[in-house]
Amino acid sequence: MLEIDNLSHVYGGGTPNEHHAIDGLNLSVAEGELLCIVGPSGCGKSTLLRSIAGLITPTGGQVKVEGNLVRQTPDNLAVVFQDYSRSLFPWMSVADNVALPLRRKNMDKSRRREAAQEALESVGLEAAGRKYPFQLSGGMQQRVAIARALAYRPTLMLMDEPFGSVDAQTREDLEDLVLKVRGHHQMTIVLITHDIDESVYVGDRVVVLSKAPAHVVGDLKVDLPGPRDQITTREHPDFVHLRAEVGRLVRGHATV
Amino acid sequence: MSAQTLSRAVPASATTRWRRRATGAVCFAALIELLSRTGVADPEFLPPATEIVGRAATLLLDADFRAHALTSALAWAIGLGLAALVAVPLGLLLGSVPIIDAATRSVVEFLRPIPSVALIPLVALVIGTGLQHRVALVVYASLWPILYNTMYGLRGVDPLAKESLRAYGFGPLAVLRRVSLPSAAPFIATGVRLAAGVALILTVSTEIVAGRGEGIGVFIYFAGIAVPARMADILAGVFWVGLFGVAVNALLVAAERRAFRWHHAQWGERE
Repeated sequence: MLEIDNLSHVYGGGTPNEHHAIDGLNLSVAEGELLCIVGPSGCGKSTLLRSIAGLITPTGGQVKVEGNLVRQTPDNLAVVFQDYSRSLFPWMSVADNVALPLRRKNMDKSRRREAAQEALESVGLEAAGRKYPFQLSGGMQQRVAIARALAYRPTLMLMDEPFGSVDAQTREDLEDLVLKVRGHHQMTIVLITHDIDESVYVGDRVVVLSKAPAHVVGDLKVDLPGPRDQITTREHPDFVHLRAEVGRLVRGHATV
Repeated sequence: MSAQTLSRAVPASATTRWRRRATGAVCFAALIELLSRTGVADPEFLPPATEIVGRAATLLLDADFRAHALTSALAWAIGLGLAALVAVPLGLLLGSVPIIDAATRSVVEFLRPIPSVALIPLVALVIGTGLQHRVALVVYASLWPILYNTMYGLRGVDPLAKESLRAYGFGPLAVLRRVSLPSAAPFIATGVRLAAGVALILTVSTEIVAGRGEGIGVFIYFAGIAVPARMADILAGVFWVGLFGVAVNALLVAAERRAFRWHHAQWGERE
């Protein structure tokens, strides 16, 4: 589904401010997988995401999505950013925000509206379509951003610290929402976070990046019994063990 | 405590604001009335406010005056409209293509500080003193606030908002149309409102300097060169120009509030 081969990116190459964000990063993600990428802050996670989305051209290596080299934004890709208040368009109603990307999809207006309403329903915001983003709480705004991605029916959804700007309770609700929608929509999800617990709770697999220049220092399969639950999963010994493992890797004290 | 602080921060209601404004205007009129009636100011040069307003009202019944006023309003509207039609696309171009901006900057910086009033005789020589004279100068003068506000608004567009749309595969033109333009629209609207005032100044001053044809400035000019000068006519003309300016501004402010509710909600309601 997603192949990243020897990816490197340097900002301001040749200048005194030269910054190596990513160096020799290899990663492959299988179809339908929910991969969490964790790493210390400022480690180049967002650069990685922007390279996958074709928003920047990496200075070295290559990214392939569904076998195609990424030169510009791949089709069937959606991105959910951390900062919902900036990524939603304040001059549009919630429904129009969700429907806007569908203009790329050859759908007529009524189809776009239907798809938007459907996506809003799947995130529990069926009544908010006519509201404007600023009339909603932060958690609800991020739900709108997720609905916008879902309406687009992406095969690959990238999420850049999607729950970094909401309170703890909302965060848990949104984590469960992601787990729920991935069950209904057939898609691959790459979720970037700096929250170790979150990566283990949400992911099928957790990849740990080093500090900048980023490369992969750990790749763990998350094999937790039963459907995830905010209380029971988090107290399960396997969960506790995994989060400790990821924590060590993030801090650079790997034992394995 | 907090309730008190809050209530102080709440802006005055619309009716209160209008009442305050009306009170200010009435006080100003009363002052003129007083100065004139007591002879502190020579009534020959400053007629009482009641006389000015009374004259302004009777002028409305005068077909000649109405024709003057309509011609001015027409020149103002055409000039402002053309300026917006030129300045908004130009601002979008300069604001989104840095190379063109850099290449034209020196010319723009040279032209901008020239007081448009100084161009009135020159433009009259080149294209005559008809409607086109006023329109040309109004366009030239009101171009700048619209152009600059468009460019300023574009500079303020959130890169993440643009990226959000690019991530769905939209190209630069679609991003300009669907993100940059709506996001800059409140600033463009403010530019148009500033330009509306400039356009009014240019319309009337061009007419006064030209001193011929039709227009409220021409009416004022002739009232001024009459012997003795018809002071009440001059001030009645000024009264209508001022009232027009205030009305246009109020209308545009109201339209902006309505259209850009999201903008005010985001940046906080400000007077």
